[in-house]
Amino acid sequence: MSRCLTDRAIDHVVLERGEVAHSWRTERWDSLRLLTPNWQSRLPGFAYRGDDPDGYRTLPEVIDFITAYAQMIAAPVRTRTTVTSVRRTDDGYRVCTDRGDWLCRTVVLASGACNIADIPRFADRVPRAIAQLTAQQYRRPDQLADGGVLVVGASSSGTQIAHEVHKSGRPVTLSIGEHIRAPRVYRGKDLEWWMDAAGVLDERYDAIDDIARARRVPSLQLAGTPDRSTLDLNALTAMGVKLIGRLAGFTEDGKAQFAGSLHNMCALSDLKMGRLLDLIDDWARANGLDGKVEPASRPPPTRVEAAPPLGMDFTKDRVKTIIWATGYRPDHSWLEVPVFDGKGVIRHDGGIVCSPGMYLMGMQFLRRRKSALIDGAGDDARELSAHMSSYLDHRAAH
Amino acid sequence: MSEAKTIAKNGVNVEALIAAREALSNAPAAAQFKWRATNEWKNGTHSQSTVEGFYGLGQEQHHKRAFTFDADHPVVFAAEDIGITPVEFVLVGLASCLTAGVAAVAQHRNIQLRSVKATVEGDMDIQGILGIDSDVRNGYSGIKVTYDIDADADREDIEALVAQSQKRSAVYDVITNPTNVTVVVN
Repeated sequence: MSRCLTDRAIDHVVLERGEVAHSWRTERWDSLRLLTPNWQSRLPGFAYRGDDPDGYRTLPEVIDFITAYAQMIAAPVRTRTTVTSVRRTDDGYRVCTDRGDWLCRTVVLASGACNIADIPRFADRVPRAIAQLTAQQYRRPDQLADGGVLVVGASSSGTQIAHEVHKSGRPVTLSIGEHIRAPRVYRGKDLEWWMDAAGVLDERYDAIDDIARARRVPSLQLAGTPDRSTLDLNALTAMGVKLIGRLAGFTEDGKAQFAGSLHNMCALSDLKMGRLLDLIDDWARANGLDGKVEPASRPPPTRVEAAPPLGMDFTKDRVKTIIWATGYRPDHSWLEVPVFDGKGVIRHDGGIVCSPGMYLMGMQFLRRRKSALIDGAGDDARELSAHMSSYLDHRAAH
Repeated sequence: MSEAKTIAKNGVNVEALIAAREALSNAPAAAQFKWRATNEWKNGTHSQSTVEGFYGLGQEQHHKRAFTFDADHPVVFAAEDIGITPVEFVLVGLASCLTAGVAAVAQHRNIQLRSVKATVEGDMDIQGILGIDSDVRNGYSGIKVTYDIDADADREDIEALVAQSQKRSAVYDVITNPTNVTVVVN
């Protein structure tokens, strides 16, 4: 957005509570790699030119990349500046920070979709002897006590953490609700390549039947594995990770209870993946790729034992830790403008917030399916900055 | 050549359901329902339940008439077999909820159904209810539902109907997740 505003000669500052790439520096586990291949991190005025386009950036590489981009575009970043409140004024907004206030005509909320780990309310009934941490607090396996680990949530974070913790010798049980299965490589090409080429990632928010639902879909079960292997539930089962239903609650005596819906959760996910691969196959055929790429195939269905356990006795099962990988929500607690719906979500139309001159970025399916990806920021910023520019012109004319 | 797009006729008023969803998402209070049944002991293990009223959309509601259901136990339990067993009512509830869901989802996806048949089996070790073995639970150890569906759709679409029906089914949720139950005596 800063680059697009500079291109339009809109005077602006970027407020950052820490250093550039703060959340990547402070809220990610050590071994994390970007889910998207190097070539896909395209930003306005930047395209990957290295020798590993199909690789996945490590965490330090992501931090270097974002920092280098901020320098390249000479973004006017005020680091170590924490926003404490944003309020409406007569002709714009007052942004209060711990380093003084700013008055502005427009404001872009780009503080991210993943500020707060969203853990279930019944987490307060977990027995005291069990250590709990969120995917945001998890760094590496040696943080954890020896013994079993219950990882709750089987989307991108949960499956990767389950994999790493299990490899460390701590037996992992993975609790599975709704999730989106996806092969890392399909017909010899990265799934992201297919989704990009076939236009899936460019699908617009205003062309989707139920956008509220599309915005709630969990992250694809993808991992940026150096060997481009698929980390799905079958891969985890093959390693010895135990699959169990969605965590439903805790009994009075502190035993965990799991839903009996694991078979359907996996069936839904297999069917959804089948539809995505069908779409890719149709697109490949229509675009003359059949014969040029590997033939179509389908991964085997997710294997689920006939009767997965419905309970867990932490003592008897020697489970010492729970890792919550149950998703995240944004933190807009500093936003003192009435733009929230009944569930505390900002009302907006493709990032144009229902308060004049206010914009939102970086949220799931904000304007396109790719909006929450690094690769999605450019198109959104171009369109939102164009809207902002005409808003400012319109105001100036009155 | 053009093919006229036909609309599936499964007898489900999807437009009304979608309109209700739209209306209720702006009025969550109206979405609060209470379902009720009364039950009266007759003799032995025979009891009779009556279902007539419920609460929803902000007011008392009524079925078109009162429905009654007899429950008993079969002769092998030394009972009179005046009605089905309560655990069989659970199977009836599950199957009818899932089938209603299949019809509604099929209508929404414009899939014409010709026949939908479900067979439900619940496995139970009655050593639990008889108190023979305290390690055996009273309830079902597992329930299996088998669908035979004839519809204008391929196998994957039919499987997706059944999967989506489970995802949105109230009785499936009741059975697969714990629910707090409070029983009081007046």
